[in-house]
Amino acid sequence: MVSNELLDNYLPVALLTVIGIAFVAIALLLSWIIRPSNKTKVKLSTYECAEIPIGDARIHFNIQYYMIVIVFLIFDVEVLFLYPWAVQFKQLGAIGFIEMVVFIEILIIGLAYAWRKEALEWTQ
Amino acid sequence: MIANAYELVVYILSAIGIYDPINGFFQNYGMEYLLRIIIIVVEIVVLLVFVLLTVMFLSWLERKMFAWVQSRYGPMITGPHGLFQPIADGIKLVGKEDIIPAGADRWIFTLAPFIIFVPALLVFIPLPFGDSLIISDLRIGLLYIIAISALSPVSILLAGWASNNKYSLMGAMRAVAQDISYTIPLALAAIAVVLYVGSLSTVDIVRAQEGTWFDIIPRWFIFVQPLAFILFLIASIAEMGRIPFDFQESEQELVAGFYTEYSGMKFAMYFLGEYAHMFAVSGVIVTVFLGGWTGPVLPFIPVQITSLVYFIIKTYAVIFFAMWLRDTVPRMRIDQLLNLGWKIMIPLALLNLLVTSFLLTAGVV
Repeated sequence: MVSNELLDNYLPVALLTVIGIAFVAIALLLSWIIRPSNKTKVKLSTYECAEIPIGDARIHFNIQYYMIVIVFLIFDVEVLFLYPWAVQFKQLGAIGFIEMVVFIEILIIGLAYAWRKEALEWTQ
Repeated sequence: MIANAYELVVYILSAIGIYDPINGFFQNYGMEYLLRIIIIVVEIVVLLVFVLLTVMFLSWLERKMFAWVQSRYGPMITGPHGLFQPIADGIKLVGKEDIIPAGADRWIFTLAPFIIFVPALLVFIPLPFGDSLIISDLRIGLLYIIAISALSPVSILLAGWASNNKYSLMGAMRAVAQDISYTIPLALAAIAVVLYVGSLSTVDIVRAQEGTWFDIIPRWFIFVQPLAFILFLIASIAEMGRIPFDFQESEQELVAGFYTEYSGMKFAMYFLGEYAHMFAVSGVIVTVFLGGWTGPVLPFIPVQITSLVYFIIKTYAVIFFAMWLRDTVPRMRIDQLLNLGWKIMIPLALLNLLVTSFLLTAGVV
């Protein structure tokens, strides 16, 4: 028996990734074999409620959207910092609690700032 | 102590006396590890079949429930009460023409269904279906689940962008904004539970919920952390992209959202991925807050079977709630959705975390 705990634990993840990709590939291949293929110019045109599309769909999106994404990025990283703390919480005791209160306070101030600056609105 | 499904299979094979001969056969060729791989592949195929059958059943159940709420029959023709309708749908979708619109990016358009379906399956790896019925008990199980679920916006954005369709791009942009806004309260609500358990392993989380208070109330985290449960539930329903948070589709405005241009088998992959994700997320809610596989131990029946039954019952209860919600409430507006996520749920989740950690440090609970 090869006794490598990390490998043993993550072997199913690797195998399922391979099997999952193979499943989708086989399903697409199967349908490629039996499906009809009768392409016309109109059928391949972009669907827009039977109107002829005007311009390209790949537009510049509102800058407000990127604000939300950047705020998300900051929070996501900070949430990630909270996980190791939560796992070790009982061993860290009161000191760990106080340190994390400071950390969460900074998070809340950051959220309040983003809120005040209207970075969290869908439209301005 | 049997830790996961692999060890369970080895235990059963040993009990009927055929593990040693098989293992000896593989050892003769110096390929002991191959046996492990074969057993895990068999487990994964069983899991895949189970998930696909569940997805078929769920799609039937959803249509049936929607029909009953509206005083209709729903599917009735194929099989008893239309039970074989999903199979008919599947056969129809396999035979459908696959249309890639002229302006689309062919490769990304084809790649996107892979990226939605594979992560939806990967979430099941550390999900405990029952006592020792877990594919792999990862030490970072809960974090792994949240991380893998967070991959779906990638696929949605790829699909929306590749389609070169205005509806698709708008649907994708909305869906991504929604997914990322609700990932944070989801993760923060889960931390409150991790504080009690001191481990991210899903098995440890379930084991921490064994037993009862006063011999009547089960020690589930829903009773310890009701606010975290509500936040987690709302965020999960948003992650599933279901009404009242179904901005990725919102049929009335965006036709079908980011998969407007998809047809045939690629559409089927989105469909399968969506329902598989719904089942997985409901399973996570059950594992973290509703006691997972725990329940009264019955005599004479192996604990693996009873625990599986308890897990399935609880998971279907959560799924039932999600479907019920879809049938009864209207859709929110996108700005209301962001306000709920950022201005109500995240502050509440942070507050909950502070109060919980304070009470735990002070030794009150």
